[in-house]
Amino acid sequence: MKPYILLLLAIYYVLHQDFWNWTEARPLVFGFLPIGLAYHALYAMGAAALMVVLVKYAWPERLEHWADKEPGE
Amino acid sequence: MTPTIFVLAYLAIVLYIGVFAFRQSRGQAEDYFLAGRALGPWVFVLSLFGTHMTAFAILGSSGHAFNFGIVTFGLMASSSAIVVPVLLLFLGTRLWAAGKKFGHITPVQIFRDRWECGHIGTLIFFLQAALLVPYIIIGVMGGGTTLNVISGGLIPFWAGGLLVAAVVMSYVFFGGMRGTAWVNTFQTVLFLTFGMIAVVVIGNGMGGFPAIAEKMLNDPKSASLLTREKFSPLAFLSYTFNPLSAIAFPHIAIFCLTAKKMTQFKKTVMLYPLCILLIWLPCVCLGVFANQAQEIPPLAAKIDMKQATGRPVVADDVMLQLLSHFAPEWLAGLLGAGIMAAVMASDSQILALSTMFTEDIFAFYGARDRFGEKAQVTIGRLFIVLVTAFAYFTALNAKASIFDLAVQFSFAGFSAMMPLYVGALYWRGSTKWGALAATIWVAASTVGLFFTPRGFTVFGLLPVVPMTLGAALLLWIVSVLTPKPSVKTVNRYFSV
Repeated sequence: MKPYILLLLAIYYVLHQDFWNWTEARPLVFGFLPIGLAYHALYAMGAAALMVVLVKYAWPERLEHWADKEPGE
Repeated sequence: MTPTIFVLAYLAIVLYIGVFAFRQSRGQAEDYFLAGRALGPWVFVLSLFGTHMTAFAILGSSGHAFNFGIVTFGLMASSSAIVVPVLLLFLGTRLWAAGKKFGHITPVQIFRDRWECGHIGTLIFFLQAALLVPYIIIGVMGGGTTLNVISGGLIPFWAGGLLVAAVVMSYVFFGGMRGTAWVNTFQTVLFLTFGMIAVVVIGNGMGGFPAIAEKMLNDPKSASLLTREKFSPLAFLSYTFNPLSAIAFPHIAIFCLTAKKMTQFKKTVMLYPLCILLIWLPCVCLGVFANQAQEIPPLAAKIDMKQATGRPVVADDVMLQLLSHFAPEWLAGLLGAGIMAAVMASDSQILALSTMFTEDIFAFYGARDRFGEKAQVTIGRLFIVLVTAFAYFTALNAKASIFDLAVQFSFAGFSAMMPLYVGALYWRGSTKWGALAATIWVAASTVGLFFTPRGFTVFGLLPVVPMTLGAALLLWIVSVLTPKPSVKTVNRYFSV
């Protein structure tokens, strides 16, 4: 795996631990979503965007060709 | 009565899908157990997601949120949104490729081939099977409970469980992986569509979510449910290890082998986080806001008990109570069917267990060569009947709490098995002895969990963390010290 992909994943993983939203409910996003919940909803959306990047830049292209070859080829 | 009719109609539809899939089958083992490795892109995405979303995701998440508040989403949903697609991208595709290239149908077959071992693979089979059985029992229990609540007590628990078990068994029996995948696709679409409608309807029925949120914040007894102040950050961190179980679940690993082309993983990887969001956010919101639903007597009783004792209460029926009180009957029926769909995720687990038994035991120990491939499929079907019957009778005679607990331990056990997959598929230096050491560690530590007090932590971390790290460490140390598989075998797997 390319190092910058690993770094990107590590940073995103760390962002899951949002200690700054721990004890506060306000502001209520859309009037009802506590900030801690809204942050993690946004985090899930961000994960989808990150997966688009990973699929584009870290897709194991050679694996499919390898699988299609007969064993021993 | 209307919701019951909807749910029964739903059960009839999934039964029909199973029979229809049966007509498409060709009678070979690969066709029955892996749908001929030919599932299309959308069926693959939706079905994989449906396979992973169990009763726990729908009923358990709202129940957990009712007790613990918004932390539920971060603990289980957003952590899965990042971890599961990464596993599918880097391990799922490798599993698919190894399965396709060498004709493997189960993870144990890959382990045996990759590490040149026999009985160690059998040990891994037994561990996987032991960890999977509690999920199947919980699924049958969930079916009985859901039908009982939706029918307003008209259908007793034993009859509901029997009906659900019989329907699941029938479409798995006839349709195999194809039938299971089609049913899961139908279930996921149903829940995604009507789940959102139900949230809006229930929200309006309760007087609007903004008003409820303000009310909760102004009440000192419920304000903390909208923050995470009562939850330790280290425990929160530990929960990011739980989704590692996704790829080690046999039903998910086996499902990865059903894709027609590897490119089908692309859609799955990209859409997975959004599917998680669409299913979990409504469930968590409804679970949290149910703390203001004093007008529903069963919920009012739970709220009072929670506040009186300061302890969590049994709350898996929170979603069903909201639905039957606030939603019109037709919507409650449709959503009830959707909830039933999630509860019935045990279908893929039953099929996986049957696939593992027939491939890892029946075929491996020579019975396929002796009796033929058709006998293997027949034995697989017989096994499905036996497993379902066992799950049903156990569900009738056991306390749900015991299996709830077992599922939590199984979760940790499967997470701790993940290093085996990384070792087999990514590390040339891994050996069968390393795999054996890691497997024994997982088995011993999972059993050990039964004897530790509830809430046991290691330096503030939940047991899943040391269990997973311990398995990885043992795999590494013992592999470094023991002889490697032959160069020919290692090259076969790493000539990518």
